[in-house]
Amino acid sequence: MPQSYSSQSMTNNVDAATFKFSVVNEAIFSCTVLQEAFKRYEPLIFGRRPETLYFHSQARRNVGVSGDIDELVVQLGKPCNDVDAPSLQSDESYKLTVQNGQAMLSANELWGVIRGLETFSQIVYQSPTGGMVVNNTVISDFPRFNHRGVMLDTSRHYVSKKTILKNLDAMTQNKYNVFHWHIVDDPSFPYQSANFPELSQKGAYDPETHVYTQSDIQEIIEYARLRGIRVVPEFDSPGHTQSWGKGRPDLLTKCYSGSSPNGQFGPVDPSNNATFTFLKQFFMEVGNAFPDKYIHLGGDEVSFACWQSNPDVQAFVKRMGYSDYSQVEQYYMQQLLDIVGGLGKGYQIWQEVIDNGAKVQADTVVEVWKAGWEDEMNKVTKLGYKTLLATCWYLNYISYGSDWTKYYGCEPYNFPGTEDQKKLIQGGETCMWGEYVDDTNLMSRLWPRASAVAERLWSAQSVSNVQEATPRFIEHRCRMVGRGFPAEPINGPGFCREEYIVD
Amino acid sequence: MASSRQYLSFVFVIIFLCISQTCCHYETSQGNSPLYSQTNSNTSKLKLTSPTTGAPWPMPQSYNVKPDVNVINVGNFKFVHGKYQCMILDEAFIRYYKLIFNHNENFRRSSSYKILKFESGITQLEVLVNTPCKDNEYFKLDTDESYNIKISKDSAVLNSKTVWGALRGLETFSQIIYHDKLGQYVVNTTTISDHPRFPHRGLLLDTSRHFVSKNILLQNLDAMAQNKFNVFHWHIVDDPSFPYESIMFPELSQKGAYDPETHVYTQSDIQEIIEYARLRGIRVVPEFDTPGHTQSWGKAQTDLLTKCYTKGQPNGQFGPIDPVNNATYTFLQKFFSEIANVFPDQYIHLGGDEVSFNCWASNPAVKEFIKKMGFFFYGQVEEYYMQKLLDIVGRLGKGYQIWQEVIDNGAKVRPDTVVEVWKSGWEKEMDKVTKMGYKTLLASCWYLDMIKLGDWQSFYVCDPFNFPGNASQKKLIQGGEACLWGEFVDDTNLMSRLWPRASAVGERLWSNQTVSIPFVAQPRLEEHRCRMVGRGFPAEPATGPGFCKEEYIHS
Repeated sequence: MPQSYSSQSMTNNVDAATFKFSVVNEAIFSCTVLQEAFKRYEPLIFGRRPETLYFHSQARRNVGVSGDIDELVVQLGKPCNDVDAPSLQSDESYKLTVQNGQAMLSANELWGVIRGLETFSQIVYQSPTGGMVVNNTVISDFPRFNHRGVMLDTSRHYVSKKTILKNLDAMTQNKYNVFHWHIVDDPSFPYQSANFPELSQKGAYDPETHVYTQSDIQEIIEYARLRGIRVVPEFDSPGHTQSWGKGRPDLLTKCYSGSSPNGQFGPVDPSNNATFTFLKQFFMEVGNAFPDKYIHLGGDEVSFACWQSNPDVQAFVKRMGYSDYSQVEQYYMQQLLDIVGGLGKGYQIWQEVIDNGAKVQADTVVEVWKAGWEDEMNKVTKLGYKTLLATCWYLNYISYGSDWTKYYGCEPYNFPGTEDQKKLIQGGETCMWGEYVDDTNLMSRLWPRASAVAERLWSAQSVSNVQEATPRFIEHRCRMVGRGFPAEPINGPGFCREEYIVD
Repeated sequence: MASSRQYLSFVFVIIFLCISQTCCHYETSQGNSPLYSQTNSNTSKLKLTSPTTGAPWPMPQSYNVKPDVNVINVGNFKFVHGKYQCMILDEAFIRYYKLIFNHNENFRRSSSYKILKFESGITQLEVLVNTPCKDNEYFKLDTDESYNIKISKDSAVLNSKTVWGALRGLETFSQIIYHDKLGQYVVNTTTISDHPRFPHRGLLLDTSRHFVSKNILLQNLDAMAQNKFNVFHWHIVDDPSFPYESIMFPELSQKGAYDPETHVYTQSDIQEIIEYARLRGIRVVPEFDTPGHTQSWGKAQTDLLTKCYTKGQPNGQFGPIDPVNNATYTFLQKFFSEIANVFPDQYIHLGGDEVSFNCWASNPAVKEFIKKMGFFFYGQVEEYYMQKLLDIVGRLGKGYQIWQEVIDNGAKVRPDTVVEVWKSGWEKEMDKVTKMGYKTLLASCWYLDMIKLGDWQSFYVCDPFNFPGNASQKKLIQGGEACLWGEFVDDTNLMSRLWPRASAVGERLWSNQTVSIPFVAQPRLEEHRCRMVGRGFPAEPATGPGFCKEEYIHS
């Protein structure tokens, strides 16, 4: 729901045959991103399947309406160019006015146009008499939060490039703007590194078919950029790194039983200097491969048992005068943060890094994911860090029924804290961990449940009534289905005029 | 049942036995579970399931595999029949040839795939059916599905009494062939002697709460055949919509379907589905549930339903079918005679569940009727109605399947009636129904619309014999049904929600009672899930992290 939305009953015809997008002062204010968006939205607006048109006939023009919309005029506040990429600071606000045969979309930045086009495509609908129409409408809109993310985990199960791209389309339709790509983890390492090819050669489920090549990654980043979506890769360490060890056996801590190695491996070995040499080279590559300002460095769920068993780490602890193994983790993270900071990148991290007391850059984004998020948000924002909420949006968990209402009702401001603290909340992320999802069910499990989170993160805080949202949610689900996404039914019995078609 | 509103509280069996490669249950779902705790993984405890290679699902009754590996001569391989053959068998040969040898692009790119040609090895599977089969015969509740397979160094033979047994055996044969590291198709020296534990292994789909396209219904029949299910229980209409396009009463779907053009099953759709099922040895048992669950019938047949009253006036609401009006039975007689013709199976499911008495109790005519009949309570009205319906359908020469309430309310049913138990407390109900001498099906513990991560295990461990009752009572258990009610599924997610969770039920109903330990089954289920994915079904991950050599490809 836009921040300000007023719609009147007077409608305007929108005729597919004559409709076009136009740009004010096109020579300066147009670019590829814009032209590509126009190309996408035309079929999204007019591409209804013929058999689902009312009366199963060609759309007919309406009579007695307030005007005919022949074009949507796009006015940009500043010139756009082909290399623009969205960032955490992007201005996504836009104004959309449809009045008596005129339609105008204005925005300061390109990314506002992208959001506004999506809105325009959603308010055009088919009138009961057959034609496409749009009501007289005035919208003034901007996101409540700058960071509205979807996290996919491509390590526990591989997710094909095709599904990732399709998901980016679904994200843009829901005004998400960050794809948090939890690309590697314990079970597999599908990232095909340019400098360290052995990582996926040995760590991927299959080095040929279950990897993301550099060109796959560039394609995904570009696809996302055109839709105003940032790609923030996560290379989680020092835990969650079992798959790294397949290609780089010296990277991980050897676990000991008694005085001899037992063949098991623990987190990344913090006592070995070669670790940090590798990390520096590796993250330099990652920093280049992923142009976004931020890299997610993980830092969650580090188990100390293996470190404690290892003589080198024991000696290291002694040498450093540590009293506790969380200091080892802090040491490791500090080294890593310094490396990545030195590359000119900002970082996103899981909450443990802060909980363990590491010193991070001022622009660090801390992601809160554990239960008891209210206290944690209070704590992290008191420390002055930008913060994201994920805890209540773990969509990999499933239960019978309309669970979207639960996600919809989770409010990031619901923690004790001052206005200043709340200003540090950048938004949140919908997380789809990969234990039980792959190409067979990822899209249908994610959508439209993630749409509930999307509205929480975009719309005004006051837009929170489930009953009011439900009919709109049902329309939105069917709109996604009509556009070819397998968004599952989530509100009990019903139907979509355009059902999902399995080829 | 129907509405799954009753949350079945399964006894969720968590087996803590973990063997090194297969840790059974490592994650709990959010929500009600007291075990819930959020994790970003569960790293070190978590082990990938190592799938088996060339192991069948469901497990045959007797399955003897030797380590000797025999190569299949891919270039020359063919199926050959013995003395008896028919179109059913020929079509199956074509299907299984493709299932065995056609692999998708994804697989061909994988590092373990090599293209090799072999001149030697097994060149044929002899399929010897011991009784004549006819092109147009139907599979029935009492049809013999047993078969034997014997594979040695240079021969492969499948024996069966009926063509239907041959279909089951072909499925098994297609599963025990695998692709070895050299890129050859191989099969171990194997002896299988197999038959189903239960004759009725059903899967219920609800096409009223959400419409399910014919494409998906057909794809699901393929998945069922692969899991040796043999009954498609088609809960075709219910309160929300009436997608059955009737010949005699076209207004039922004209007004009762979600959309009379796009959300209906035409007669030709239905015949196509029945024929597709028949060729796979699957019965199609339609359910036309009455007297409750009939709101959508009333859109067109306005006089069929009971008018509900408030303070002496009809309030515009409708209740169950009106049991008092004689026109009701005239309509039902005509309607079910059409159904009896359209669906060739011996059985029709007549529903009879979840009848609410409030509306009947408000209606003056029904109240009058109660008085006249000398009834004491409204359960007797339901019994009266069901008895008339059962008599109508019985006279059409059909047997019927019913939900347990019909028996609970004391209706007299034909001796060949199949009673389907769906409520919690099924153990007592099974005891009761079988004591009365009726054939019985279990559904209670297999409501697959209820979802939980990793829940296949709870379906797997539910055994229909786990009720107090003697051996002759247990003989009356015909099997059971996996039910996927339609509140939250349609074409977008039906297949992935159903498979491979329904496979757990498939094995319970086919295999020996002793094949019952989830962590033993898990590697085989993992292989089976990937086999289904490789064959083009979006069977979802069920056992935690892992991968399939052939992943699902969206077209």
